Amino acid sequence: MKQLFSREPFALLAFSVVILAMPLWLTPLGANYPDLLQKFAIFAIFAMGFNILFGLTGYLSFGHAAFLGVGSYAAVWSFKLFTMNVLPAIFFGVAFAGLFGLLIGYISLRRSGIYFSILTLAFAQMCYNLAYSVLTPITNGETGLQLTLQDPRIIDRAFAEAGAGLPETNLFGIDMSGYPGFYFCAVMLIICFFITRRIFNSPFGLMLRGIKSNQNRMGYTGFATRPYTLTAFVISGMFAGLAGSLLAVTDPLAGAERMQWTASGEVVLMTILGGVGTLIGPMLGAWIIKYFENIFSSFNNATLENAFSFLPEGLRTMAVDVSSLFVGEGWHLTLGVLFMLIVIFLPGGLMEGWRRLLRRFSGGGGGKSETAPVVQPAE
Amino acid sequence: MSRLTMTRRGLLKAGAASGVALAAPMSFVRGAYAEDFCNMPTGGSVTLGFNVPQTGAYADEGADELRAYQLAVKHLNGEGDGGMLNTFSSKALKGNGVLGKKVEFVTGDTQTKSDAARASAKRMMEKDGAIMITGGSSSGVAIAVQGLCQESGVIFMAGLTHSNDTTGKDKKRYGFRHFFNAYQSGLALGPILAEQFGKERRAYHLTADYTWGWTQEESIKNATEGLGWDTVEAVRTPLGAGDFSQYLTPVLNSGADVLILNHYGKDMVNSLTQAVQFGMREKQANGKDFQIVVPLFSRLMAQGAGDNIKGILGTTNWNWSLQDDGSAAFVKAFGQEYGFPPSQAAQTCYVQTLLYADACERAGTFAPPQVIAALEGFEFDGMGNGKTLYRAADHQCMKDVLVVRGNENATSQFDLLEVVKIVPRDQVTYDPSIFGGELGPADAKAC
Repeated sequence: MKQLFSREPFALLAFSVVILAMPLWLTPLGANYPDLLQKFAIFAIFAMGFNILFGLTGYLSFGHAAFLGVGSYAAVWSFKLFTMNVLPAIFFGVAFAGLFGLLIGYISLRRSGIYFSILTLAFAQMCYNLAYSVLTPITNGETGLQLTLQDPRIIDRAFAEAGAGLPETNLFGIDMSGYPGFYFCAVMLIICFFITRRIFNSPFGLMLRGIKSNQNRMGYTGFATRPYTLTAFVISGMFAGLAGSLLAVTDPLAGAERMQWTASGEVVLMTILGGVGTLIGPMLGAWIIKYFENIFSSFNNATLENAFSFLPEGLRTMAVDVSSLFVGEGWHLTLGVLFMLIVIFLPGGLMEGWRRLLRRFSGGGGGKSETAPVVQPAE
Repeated sequence: MSRLTMTRRGLLKAGAASGVALAAPMSFVRGAYAEDFCNMPTGGSVTLGFNVPQTGAYADEGADELRAYQLAVKHLNGEGDGGMLNTFSSKALKGNGVLGKKVEFVTGDTQTKSDAARASAKRMMEKDGAIMITGGSSSGVAIAVQGLCQESGVIFMAGLTHSNDTTGKDKKRYGFRHFFNAYQSGLALGPILAEQFGKERRAYHLTADYTWGWTQEESIKNATEGLGWDTVEAVRTPLGAGDFSQYLTPVLNSGADVLILNHYGKDMVNSLTQAVQFGMREKQANGKDFQIVVPLFSRLMAQGAGDNIKGILGTTNWNWSLQDDGSAAFVKAFGQEYGFPPSQAAQTCYVQTLLYADACERAGTFAPPQVIAALEGFEFDGMGNGKTLYRAADHQCMKDVLVVRGNENATSQFDLLEVVKIVPRDQVTYDPSIFGGELGPADAKAC
């Protein structure tokens, strides 16, 4: 079984089936509605890209949200200026994020460790403040960049007159809201998974891992490490840009909060929660955080009353009182507790838990398979 | 090698195709039963979505808004003493739900972020089937959610949002605002300022550097300059600065004799406290007493600023100390339920919920186009703000504005604002076309 999944076609097929069938298997969890499904796919891409940098090279960027924001703004401007078709928007989102990545990476990567983290954080905060107030003509400040009826949309106008309401984002006529939007994001996620898998198993990925374990030694053996880290930085920035533009595709709005340091911290949490350096760990982390943010925060006392309705009166009030601390406005608390538990007991994230389970069930004979999906030698 | 690539691609395609095929029936099922409009209530209940900040800088306001919403739902369903239903001039609501359907609600956390707010609102529409979304404690969030509601064909009843843009350049057919705006603050406050401080004053603005701050600065500037005041300088401060001393130091030497703080929430508490600590209120400038003005006040902010607020002038949408029947009924019902008086945010949210329910009742349907028509141009009374008009041209409520002053002799921890003047509606009515923007179409949309 394990051998089978380590082969690319099967791994891809299994991954595709799981992702595309999300509306089915998420129904019992109450997470089957388009917006959350879209967020699942988008933030999985974001975390996966972040993991290419953090998981492989060990460089902890604390400013990845800047690329997410840049991708969104570029995409919305493409909707405003050119066309509501999503392909140009995605192209511009990825390209601009890549450019920003090149610029920020070129400067930040001169330092490593905590100094690198602080530099990236500073850049992201700069982007945030620029977007929030200084560059208001471009970003529309706190209100966020939205579509308006007065937008030029040159390419669309060349073919048809403007309608009465705001147009929807589309892929050659298919509206990108609701389920079609999710499937579009899901296909993007599958493509990203393919690319990430290729990077993980390539000589390039090996080189990045070498940088993580000992950058000096890599230098002494004659490798210039900076081009490699810079490439990883740009690639992961482009993933974030793609995620950002997809956010704009499913909901044509770009706000400055997307660049705030909390958003950068969130992707770090996602990656650590799921498992740093693993292929699908960051994706799982992203799902858990988004699930908590959207579902747990919506539970209120009435929901809890229903859930505990089987208990006798006194017990029920107590159960509701206690559990209400952890849902609704307390969803951060639940997430914090979960994060602590995982970091303390499963330092390798959810993927480590999965591996431990596998080892237990295979009778301990599997031995130590520390790196999750089997690393295959490069072709 | 190339053969392998082909297989992979084929597999990818097959995978994607089979996935789509698997999921396709679901989307057909969704569209199978006909809906005239988004989230048409079919059972015995109707769901409203309360989208408020439960975490972050405006969590206090959000919590109070949620209390008000829950109270409104109780009153709509005929529980409790009915609150403003008894004083409301329209008698369409009978306390048996809305159009005979029991009112239920779902809640969400906006985190005072546009993204989170839109995600939360989408959840309410797509998963919980909310027919109306209401809430918001910041203009950015309100505008973002209002845009979303317009696209989805779900009515949005804005909560606490004071920026001109909400019903100005970003106004939407599906969005309605009961709260007043920065422009009306300027219109109401201007004459009082002239009356209290004279017509020859030199003002210095400190402004929170974002959309709301700018619109307020502009509005107050226009109003005061119209009275003959000079504006010495308007300085932008970053949001959440914490320490304002570097912005306050130049004020005293600038030749200004009035400081206007266009800040809200924690920023206002910090900047005002520091200005008072600098001894500005005891200073003399140009032979006059130095004065500080905070154009937008709330009781929750006054609580934060403590003694420093005493004697400071500002405007507010509503205050619990008002003595009219509507206010009294609401304060009583709210007090019985929660043990303390409601804030202005609570009042506007409570009223918005009732107004929506009433409009459905009068329209005889939940269909948004008819409900919108019922709200546009609706004239009502008995909701605590005197005679009020929901103006059709920009969906902004036209009503009295309160000019308040920090209470010098507070009798309780809630008795912080003293009403200086109730500025009548005529004086704060303005031409809706000055801000531009378009409402857009009212067509019903299936979702």
